Amino acid sequence: MNRQSNLYTILYSALLVLAVGIVLALVYQVLRPAQEENIANDTKRQILAAARLTPSEGESISTLYNDHITRSFIVNSNGEIVKSDIAPFDVDVAAEIKKPDNERLLPVFECSTSNGTKYILPVYGAGLWGPIWGYIAFDNNGNTIYGAYFAHQGETPGLGAEIEKPAFSNQFQGKQIFSGTGAFESVAVVKTGREPADKPYVHAISGGTITSQGVQAMLANSLEPYAAWLKTLNTSSNN
Amino acid sequence: MKLSKIFEPLVNPLSRENPVIVQVLGICSALAVTAKLQPAVVMTISVTAVLALANVIISLMRKTIPTSIRIIVQLVVVAALVVIVDQVLKAWNYDVSKQLSVFIGLIITNCIIMGRLEAFALNNRPWDSFLDGVGNGLGYGIILVVVAFFRELLGSGTLWGYQIIPQWCYDNGYQNNGMMILPPMALITVACIIWFHRRKEKD
Repeated sequence: MNRQSNLYTILYSALLVLAVGIVLALVYQVLRPAQEENIANDTKRQILAAARLTPSEGESISTLYNDHITRSFIVNSNGEIVKSDIAPFDVDVAAEIKKPDNERLLPVFECSTSNGTKYILPVYGAGLWGPIWGYIAFDNNGNTIYGAYFAHQGETPGLGAEIEKPAFSNQFQGKQIFSGTGAFESVAVVKTGREPADKPYVHAISGGTITSQGVQAMLANSLEPYAAWLKTLNTSSNN
Repeated sequence: MKLSKIFEPLVNPLSRENPVIVQVLGICSALAVTAKLQPAVVMTISVTAVLALANVIISLMRKTIPTSIRIIVQLVVVAALVVIVDQVLKAWNYDVSKQLSVFIGLIITNCIIMGRLEAFALNNRPWDSFLDGVGNGLGYGIILVVVAFFRELLGSGTLWGYQIIPQWCYDNGYQNNGMMILPPMALITVACIIWFHRRKEKD
């Protein structure tokens, strides 16, 4: 067959694409279980990071996770534990955040640490260039933040991307998200010199204003539906 | 045939026809992945694997490829190999694959690969093409590793993530050079390597 004819060219490219497609599909099928395990382990690492737990050298993340995360469940915005077919770990927080508050599935991870029981809640929002997310660990009074972990997809390195550094996230430790009268206040992320007098706040990232505002909005938006449930923790621990 | 003649395609690109410092190809990724040693080595292995395999595949197909779509055929082969490398990294070394993120995908556009396919694999037998691919991949890798070595050592005080510069240096006022982390210093380091190389090999 003539190598330069149109028919040959079209047949050649069609067969090539078909062959490549089959090979790629096979590779994906073979590697998918390992990839999914890696992604799950990465999520577990992030959840544990919020409770100030990091695996020591050579320790597997799933072991550490299984040792510390004693229970996980889903609550609703009325503060009741709901039964769901989806495991709390598999709840798609990015999709839940788009629903009205009272329809959201709100996962909670109960974590036992050397400093007592902590409750880890996922948060999700938008930064400057793409999604930002994180995990916030609360003391068992349901009010004081024990630790925070933030991550981002593509914030500017050196500016917005600094939210993933401990220098930023450690500021949240010890902040209380309810006022003395029990109103939900979240935590503000503010510039130096604009600190509110009567509200909990942390300092924003210089040069990362939009990302910092994104963190503030993410916390308010993601934590507010948990308010009712967090309050039930407070009353039960007082009794 | 003399042994040195057989391995010419393998040895030549390491220094005399080095793709980065002589042919000045693949500079963009040399900036991006050389802030630390580990990603640079993973990138070297990935590029070498893709280049060697693509060279062999194109060389095997060279008598059948219609000339009017040869660039497209090369691209399809390279893109398929790069996707496979990306998937394998995600399965076996997730942390490094997160660090390299888009740069693995960008191997497709690495000029070294298209350049070698077009200039060598289309006209040579598979074994020679394989050697040429490995040689050029390693020639690219040597530069990457040398640049990453200096950038990580001077920029972070570590090598392969291990602390090299002892703590007492920091206690006595030594500071890591933040400039080394930034992309411009990669260009300057590459330029220094080209300078030394040209001094040594006058032709």
